[in-house]
Amino acid sequence: MAGVTVTNLVKTYPSGNRRATDDISLDVADGEFLVLVGPSGCGKTTLLRMVAGLETPDGGTVTIGGRDVTRLPARERGLSMVFQSYAIFPHLKVRQNIGFGLTMQKVPKPEWNTRVERAAELLDLTDYLDRHPAQLSGGQRQRVAVARAIAVDADVLLMDEPLSNLDALLRLQFRAELKKIVARLGTTTLYVTHDQAEAMSLGDRVAVMRDGRIAQIGAPMDVYDRPGERFVGGFLGAPPMNFFTATVHQGSLVVDDQSVPAPASLASWNDKKILAGIRAENITITQGQAQEGVEAEVEVAEPTGSAILLTVRWAGGELKVQTGPGLRVAPGDRLRLELPAAALRFYDPETGLVLA
Amino acid sequence: MRQTRPALLLIAPSIIFMAALFLWPLIAGVTQAFHGPDGPTTQYVRRMADDPYFWEALRNTALLIVVLIPLQFALAIVMALLMRERPRFAGLHFYIWVVPLAISDLAAGLVWLSIFTDRGYLNSVLDGLGIPTYSWLSFEHPQTMFLAVVVAELWRATSLVFVIVIAGLQGVPRDYDEAASVFGATYWQRVRHVILPQLRPSLQVALILRTILALEAFAVAQALTGRNFPLLVGETYQWYYQLQNPNVATAIALVVLALSIVAAVGYLRLMRP
Repeated sequence: MAGVTVTNLVKTYPSGNRRATDDISLDVADGEFLVLVGPSGCGKTTLLRMVAGLETPDGGTVTIGGRDVTRLPARERGLSMVFQSYAIFPHLKVRQNIGFGLTMQKVPKPEWNTRVERAAELLDLTDYLDRHPAQLSGGQRQRVAVARAIAVDADVLLMDEPLSNLDALLRLQFRAELKKIVARLGTTTLYVTHDQAEAMSLGDRVAVMRDGRIAQIGAPMDVYDRPGERFVGGFLGAPPMNFFTATVHQGSLVVDDQSVPAPASLASWNDKKILAGIRAENITITQGQAQEGVEAEVEVAEPTGSAILLTVRWAGGELKVQTGPGLRVAPGDRLRLELPAAALRFYDPETGLVLA
Repeated sequence: MRQTRPALLLIAPSIIFMAALFLWPLIAGVTQAFHGPDGPTTQYVRRMADDPYFWEALRNTALLIVVLIPLQFALAIVMALLMRERPRFAGLHFYIWVVPLAISDLAAGLVWLSIFTDRGYLNSVLDGLGIPTYSWLSFEHPQTMFLAVVVAELWRATSLVFVIVIAGLQGVPRDYDEAASVFGATYWQRVRHVILPQLRPSLQVALILRTILALEAFAVAQALTGRNFPLLVGETYQWYYQLQNPNVATAIALVVLALSIVAAVGYLRLMRP
């Protein structure tokens, strides 16, 4: 077992004119499951490939288990990896595919067998060991790729969007299974995905990336609840965080003729514009004659089964509001919304960074 | 069964084509080889077998195949693997390596003749360096004569294998390379366990093509050595034009055909996954 440390990693592709990873530093603790998440082109896969040794950084170092591996080829880094395309070998049977890493390491036959069978069992592949990959479904091929990666007992497990080729239902099932298996093995894992839900559900910590930098890193719920910048709030969560511009005025946030109580910490921003953010599920609806809260009009109501997602318009623009399934509303209805001060997050309207 | 008529119509052109250009000449050939003025006969086949040149040609052709093909495949695979590493000026290398494909084999033979002949380029260079010259193509030196044919054929025909292997390699995703190297494979292990098995269909095609073409090798050896290094197809030519005996010529051609079929079927069975 080993941790991974990435220091000041810089990489520019010959064809690109900006850095794919821009001076990234990152520490993955021994046994930790870290997810790199971000929109496409944010450098997450490049970062993973540099850790794997499939890409050479222009600058910076990669350390695995205290050993500087920056200049070592992939095969000497003691890693294993699950590829987005699975990359399982079509000419080999499932058994040989799972045992590929062990074959390369020249593991003796009896041990080879027990380790391949153990990995196959863990992924429910025992009945398919003597088939060729062409005879398997997409989900089963995915399992073979994971089994191959865990059979080698590597110090560090890398996964590059392993679930993105599966259909939605299978992805959800396999996600939970993957989490269970990795937790049982306790391997240090670096996982790349563009799917924020996957990132939240799998990671011990989540690193949200943007334009070759890590925008924010932390426990999933921390990052979700307290986005460090506007981009993170807008990227994590479905629906994404709501943002509106408001003016701080004498302990209140003023938007048009509406106002919401502001926390005392905003005193230094008196009479200035700030950006406020709030999650859809933190907004409460008060129907009837109540006078507190702000006025809004329903534009769209989307029942999702377990909840209702409302799109409402108020003085500050559009808001997504998530509410319980019992509420009866129709487009055009007028509501009052409560935006609790404790759930509001405040950002600099220019930089998009959170206000301390 | 309703479908039979349109299906027949659709394949009719290729049936006619095959019948006119393959089946009919084949029947004509067999007739010519086994039918004399007095009815069926084996006299032409016997005449062929009694000719010492035939056996020498058979031996030379076999020797050429056994020596040439492994060398060509080794070279072509190494060249293709080098190209896969995307060297600088890869496009230029590719063109240079493929040029022989565009040159007719007789022309290639003449080019190599100008190199190996007694007053050719090779001897001029040797002479210039003060090294005694050598009669590479003299019938007294069968080894260097054979060597010259091998070198010329190697230059001329390796590019075919190279092109086929390159095409095959393009079908091998880079992911496989990457997966193999992450799982600890050295370059050699990657070639052996991942790339070559993926190339099997291409190698099979190349092997069949090259063997059949090597059985038909003629012009290069003819240009370099005349009849001093007889080959099967060269003998057909001899019998047909020099000795004016088309019947024996056809008998030899049928031997080449039979060997080609045996080779193709053999490879297909041998390399079945």
